[in-house]
Amino acid sequence: MMRRDEALKVLARHVGEDIVVPVYTTAFDWVAIHPHPLNYLCVGAMGLAPSHALGLALGRPDKRVLVLDGDGSLLMNLGCLVTVADVAPRNLVHFVFENGTYEANGAHPIPGRDRIDFAGFARAAGYRSCHVFDDLPAFETGIAAVMGADGPVFIDLKIEPGPPPVYDYKLMHSEKLRADFKAALNG
Amino acid sequence: MQGEVGRGAERTADAAALQGSGILREIKAARIEFVVSVPDIVTSEGLLRPLARDNSPRLIRVCKEDEGVAICAGLAYCGKRSLLLIQHTGLLDSINAIRGVAVEYSLPICMMVGLLQKEPGVPPPQSKQYGVRIVEPILDAMGVAHHRIETDIDIGRIRPAIDDAYEQSQPVVLTIGRRPS
Repeated sequence: MMRRDEALKVLARHVGEDIVVPVYTTAFDWVAIHPHPLNYLCVGAMGLAPSHALGLALGRPDKRVLVLDGDGSLLMNLGCLVTVADVAPRNLVHFVFENGTYEANGAHPIPGRDRIDFAGFARAAGYRSCHVFDDLPAFETGIAAVMGADGPVFIDLKIEPGPPPVYDYKLMHSEKLRADFKAALNG
Repeated sequence: MQGEVGRGAERTADAAALQGSGILREIKAARIEFVVSVPDIVTSEGLLRPLARDNSPRLIRVCKEDEGVAICAGLAYCGKRSLLLIQHTGLLDSINAIRGVAVEYSLPICMMVGLLQKEPGVPPPQSKQYGVRIVEPILDAMGVAHHRIETDIDIGRIRPAIDDAYEQSQPVVLTIGRRPS
């Protein structure tokens, strides 16, 4: 297991001008670690981040799109794995930060916690490659190779439940943030 | 938000047809590059199947309609026009996505929605089908523009509605009231 903020700091070293679509709790940690206009926070709710990411990947095949999903979020939209695999965008990398909880809603356990295999779901759906990292040194060593492969790539990171961040929903839903993203993407 | 043209068309709806080829022509004329769809029995044969045979617009098949709302959002940020082709049951299932992504983020999510089991020529609010009757009041409550496509007379409304959605950066729903031939 690893801490989310430590995993995100490792990831940040490998993100250049990629589009990053972070979800909920991960989003608040991510924007603190890697503030960038190509962070796409406007995913709404109910597990739709990978679907937003698919639209971005289709619309901008010249750019890599990273989605930083949550395990609870992915459970709300498991069908997206099949859709993403069917479209098979080479420029999409799908991370899941698996901490076994609906962290943004009181840290209650997800159904099937400790039994379900997210990478197995993605593999069965047809992602080109699927990986699981459960400690930080292995993630640091392997991240460049797995992110560099043709997508769709699925990466399950085993994350320790941690203290909740400050949930700045005003930032997440900010009109300025959306305008900045659009300008950076199309500028 | 129903316009006068649509109301006029209803009076002759029983005597008129709806051509899928005409709808497809207008979708192309509206510069739609992607059609995102869960199959809808109303438009299955007359529209979705011809779309699937065509290379343009590109058809993206999704598992569930709210996925499509988000895919269309991502495409919109990239300056790509898309159309979500679904059944009204899927629209009802996607209300929260439409609320959060299309309405509150002011995005041009364009939806073409087959009204399952609506009686041809009967205005949706007068349908015997509860699910059909509630579609327009829900869209009105959400502030989402909508237009009825019931006959060939209405097909001319498709391109302006899509153009307007992109110009205003607002969602729009085009309801399909009978099976296109």
